[in-house]
Amino acid sequence: MRRVVITGLGIFSSTGKDRDSFFENLVQARSGVRPISQFDSSPLSIKIAAEISDYNPDDYFPPKRQDMLDKFTQFALIAAGEAMESSGLTVRDEERCRFGVVMGSGMGGAGSYDAGYHNLYAKQVTRLHPFTIPRIMHNAATSHICMEFGAQGPALATATACSSSGHAIGEAFHLIKFGMADMVLAGGADAPITYGVMRCWEAVRVLASGNGNPATACRPFSADRKGMVIGEGAGVLLLEELDHALGRGATIYGELAGFGMSSDASHITQPSVDGPVRAIRMALGEAGVRPEEIDYINAHGTGTRLNDSVETQVIKEVFNCHARKLAISSTKSMHGHVMGATGAIELVATVMAINRGVIPPTANYTEQDPECDLDYVPNVAREKRIRAALSNSFAFGGLNAVLLLRRWE
Amino acid sequence: MNVGEKLIEIIAREQHLNPGDISIDATFEELGIDSLDGVNILFALEEEFKIDIPDTVAQNMKSVRQVAESLNRVLEGKDISDLTAMAKGSGPTASN
Repeated sequence: MRRVVITGLGIFSSTGKDRDSFFENLVQARSGVRPISQFDSSPLSIKIAAEISDYNPDDYFPPKRQDMLDKFTQFALIAAGEAMESSGLTVRDEERCRFGVVMGSGMGGAGSYDAGYHNLYAKQVTRLHPFTIPRIMHNAATSHICMEFGAQGPALATATACSSSGHAIGEAFHLIKFGMADMVLAGGADAPITYGVMRCWEAVRVLASGNGNPATACRPFSADRKGMVIGEGAGVLLLEELDHALGRGATIYGELAGFGMSSDASHITQPSVDGPVRAIRMALGEAGVRPEEIDYINAHGTGTRLNDSVETQVIKEVFNCHARKLAISSTKSMHGHVMGATGAIELVATVMAINRGVIPPTANYTEQDPECDLDYVPNVAREKRIRAALSNSFAFGGLNAVLLLRRWE
Repeated sequence: MNVGEKLIEIIAREQHLNPGDISIDATFEELGIDSLDGVNILFALEEEFKIDIPDTVAQNMKSVRQVAESLNRVLEGKDISDLTAMAKGSGPTASN
């Protein structure tokens, strides 16, 4: 059976514009949540987001290229660039057809939609910019990464809301495992901090306002949690078939050993216990890993009342008494909920936790909720040797994706 | 400023080129203008001149001179005495 390893990591997020600063900030429990600066948020009840500070596309792309790239694609290209650079991979011409890309996005080119509709309805223009379609389409990130790095193998985009990049990485894993590709850049990107998207989320009433203190707004699993915080950014990993990676002497950051996915088929927004339980069991089963071997779970942990108590029940059901021995943390407490990028960003955090032997904490944890009574690594990072870990993504729409990573010795 | 000069200014702006590098006899191919760039330039022209360029006319534009000639036909009877003062900046980033 072909095995799949991770040989490249790329991050562009509110808590760090590269993998090292990202992980260091997580370990130090530094939040990337801040007042929104991209538009005038004063009419909104929610005025905060996990925004990438001082982002200037001129630092990354020439003007002509920017015309064609929505911000979510810009983030994707930046993170993919770091993933390639960190991998040391040079793709030979004859293996381009074995090189694929799978990227997830929850919102696609939301900013370009917003600008286009503003022109159409508010400014009453009668024609929209001809680049609107190539900018907004969900597969734009995948396609631009393919063009940038010459990937001519299997390529697709996933759109399963908050599980988009979990599914993208899982599908990429299977493309390699089942022989359709040898190398795949996989992850997700989203840039949802726009007036229109924030108004939509505001209406769902699941966002934390921060009450004047943005950094402590997102408090997953804590009794006083008030909701989630929207974030922006991208995470991209290079997945590679084991022998291919060994053959070129690549640095191996971990083995992607299992992927589980399931549908709740119950409610469009409320999570179930049953669906995620089945996804975790599927990932364990594929990897051939016993529940007792899981030392760390990077939780979906959004910070909403319902998600965190349901996810706690899920973990108890799968792991029984081991649920109290394993470490769980939600790094969303710092980098926010990055929608279709969040699963990839959290998988990078999990890979780095395994490699460095340090679990990033759940920030802003103040008091125990009787419904959330496991070990969430509150506020302070913890040194721990991790044999295997899970990264959970549970989406609106009841679509669950669970990735299982094994330490590479 | 005549229509040809204005056209070169718009092509330069949209393609991020130096206007001095664009000759009236240059083809789109020579300037590295692909079909999507062409659509973008037509959009900019429509915005600048407040005109509609029909698809049938648009499809046959392959050089700067061809566009200038088509533009002159479309603009016939339209007051273009103040070309220089017409709207600036119609790129996608400008409206974000």
